[in-house]
Amino acid sequence: MVQKATTPRKKNPGRPPKAIATGRNDMPATEDLTAMYHDMLLIRRFEEKAGQLYGMGQIGGFCHLYIGQEAVVVGLQSASKPGDTVVTSYRDHGHMLACGMDADGVMAELTGREGGYSRGKGGSMHMFSREKKFFGGHGIVGAQVPIGCGLAFSHKYKDEANVCMTYLGDGAVNQGQVYESFNMAALWDLPCLFVIENNQYGMGTAVTRAAAGPALAERGSAYGIPGKQVDGMDVLAVREAGLEALAHCREGKGPYILEMKTYRYRGHSMSDPAKYRTREEVDAMRKQHDPIDQLRELLIKQNVKEEALKAIDGEVKAVVTKATEFAQNSPEPDPSELFTDILLPVSAGTAASTEA
Amino acid sequence: MAIEIRMPALSPTMEEGTLAKWLVAEGDEVRSGDVIAEIETDKATMEVEAVDDGRVGTLLVAAGAQNVKVNAPIAILLAEGEPAGTTPAPEPPNTPEAPTPEASNTPEAPIPAPVSPPAPAPAVEAIAAEADWTGATANVTVREALRDAMAEEMRRDENVFVMGEEVAEYQGAYKVTQGLLAEFGPKRVIDTPITEQGFAGLGVGAAFGELRPVIEFMTFNFAMQAIDQIINSAAKTLYMSGGQMGCPIVFRGPNGAASRVAAQHSQCYASWYAHCPGLKVVAPWSAADAKGLLKAAIRDPNPVIFLENEVMYGQSFDIPEDDEWVVPIGKAKIVREGSDVTIVAFSIMVGRALAAAETLAEQGISAEVIDLRTIRPLDSETIIASVRKTSRLVTCEEGFPFAGLGSEIAMQVMEQAFDWLDAPIARVTGKDVPMPYAANLEKLALPQLDDIVATVQATCDGFRGA
Repeated sequence: MVQKATTPRKKNPGRPPKAIATGRNDMPATEDLTAMYHDMLLIRRFEEKAGQLYGMGQIGGFCHLYIGQEAVVVGLQSASKPGDTVVTSYRDHGHMLACGMDADGVMAELTGREGGYSRGKGGSMHMFSREKKFFGGHGIVGAQVPIGCGLAFSHKYKDEANVCMTYLGDGAVNQGQVYESFNMAALWDLPCLFVIENNQYGMGTAVTRAAAGPALAERGSAYGIPGKQVDGMDVLAVREAGLEALAHCREGKGPYILEMKTYRYRGHSMSDPAKYRTREEVDAMRKQHDPIDQLRELLIKQNVKEEALKAIDGEVKAVVTKATEFAQNSPEPDPSELFTDILLPVSAGTAASTEA
Repeated sequence: MAIEIRMPALSPTMEEGTLAKWLVAEGDEVRSGDVIAEIETDKATMEVEAVDDGRVGTLLVAAGAQNVKVNAPIAILLAEGEPAGTTPAPEPPNTPEAPTPEASNTPEAPIPAPVSPPAPAPAVEAIAAEADWTGATANVTVREALRDAMAEEMRRDENVFVMGEEVAEYQGAYKVTQGLLAEFGPKRVIDTPITEQGFAGLGVGAAFGELRPVIEFMTFNFAMQAIDQIINSAAKTLYMSGGQMGCPIVFRGPNGAASRVAAQHSQCYASWYAHCPGLKVVAPWSAADAKGLLKAAIRDPNPVIFLENEVMYGQSFDIPEDDEWVVPIGKAKIVREGSDVTIVAFSIMVGRALAAAETLAEQGISAEVIDLRTIRPLDSETIIASVRKTSRLVTCEEGFPFAGLGSEIAMQVMEQAFDWLDAPIARVTGKDVPMPYAANLEKLALPQLDDIVATVQATCDGFRGA
């Protein structure tokens, strides 16, 4: 139950209300738009279900939901190319689904079952898929940022025309290792796109109370890293900015920073006291800026039929229902799994992975 | 009064160097601060300045002379009016202006002197190469052995790269990466900014990206800045990913007590890293093991902490001449056989343990010395087998006693060989204090040869023949 804050916040979270513009030159094809709609809706419904399962005690520990932020990862994935890598922190379910990871495996990891992506050993914050180029899922705030630089380094080292999209939150931007990473990425022209998901709150601390200076997009300016603030509730704005930034990185011009102004509707984690912002603030964002509603309106304007959208709704619901059943029925890991996956056998030779 | 000009030390651990050239001749007038000579070691070069105004009397060491001991007189500086041939007054012992390792420490001090103190470069006789090696050997320093290991592995696998502070153009802060930049270029030998957490994490990401990073920490003291990335990112991700995300990375650099650098730069981290599942921890003593184990570490699909020792870098050992000679991780080595007591040691303490065994032999105590070589996975099999033979155990480490390696070894021996023990297990460790700077206190803080001898004697006395 969300409780009302006793003192209303003076500051508006700071994003101008704006509906998706329909007159773009680069408007994606309708089927691409419906695919984005599908992906955002899948994340929304998946996360709602995860929240419910958490409430039923079927998901343990920490569970950080992505509801409200769907346009960020979906817009950027639509701008990416095969082989581009992704790394993020612990609010990662949406990223995994957007990367094409199977909802069954993600949900079963949340319930700590054998069928989960990490076979039940990682949980909500620690999932990976080499196949889908998703490199986690990291639980320490900011630690994924140098790792993202390392992935970008490996792209450059191997002469791959790929970019590592390294996501971090507005809380992580104050970590020292983020600036160590900016420095190295700029020094060595690493193809690293830093995506700052500014959802306005690092846990319960408003960004204005935690981060000094101007826009977070400018946090790389001392290193000569170009940065741009983007309406992260508008999937097409995200996509457009992503295309430009990814092209910059891909062309060998070094890193780029995108600050996505977004908003999470839910608490930081499931045990959020909701005392640090008002119910009205959250409701206003949902009503005026919801990324899924905005795209839905656009699709209708583009003459996509209600029935077609309803079909997508039904499809998504079926995927989430199936994932839930899978996650509930997949067995817990065998006790013998306790002592596996600690070290790889040396006979694995030079291969770095044992792709499951 | 004539003054002796002495061979200076370029670093606290330098023991000798080459007098590359004289810039003055006998009879030249010099002023305080004038450069009079150049000296070199395998690490660096340095100019020698006149310590006072005067006239150069006798040049005691010829230009080009190698292996000139630190603190040895190299020239006589005459005061005004003094005739050539004047000899200086006896030097006061250990003047504060010229502290060197030799001057500030008695012979059994941290500079390893594994056999009898006066013998130069003594460690070699105790153990040459892997016992089953019968081919040709070369005598090289630990420093060169480590470099050769990296170079060979970089030739073998183009995904191996070396990254760290001063590893490229400076040729390594301790000259371990000397020559790698010239051979492999800046793409594979990379100088980093001074940002340990950042480049350790970058290395982890590169390893996830299927490269094989060798990350050098200038010393492991600075790796504390990066320990989150080492433990939380490198060591745990394989498990947290259900076996998908191998992290083939080597973190290497000097560990343990250096000389006269005080608490923040002088500490053994073996037990810190050994505590954590998901890591392998290696700490070689000899050059042969340094090379063979570093090659194994680079080939290993897991994160490996490779603990070197600055004081050991200049020591020479015989090593097999074979690019494919690799020492397996996880195998201890009996470096001296004995029957009365087992001494377990690793890294620099192996030399001291061997020296202690020599002294003990003169007293009729036959000590078996085990070089652990790998800390994790611990080769408890070799330790247990030895204890079942000798019935007594003394562990040696430079690190702090509390929750140190000795505690773990003692526990494992109790669990697996309790009935074979004839005496309580004893440990020789660093003292439970931050490392002091003062020479006398530093010596007291570190486990010395005499400490090992005394501890072994106590373990054996009163039990012998019981």
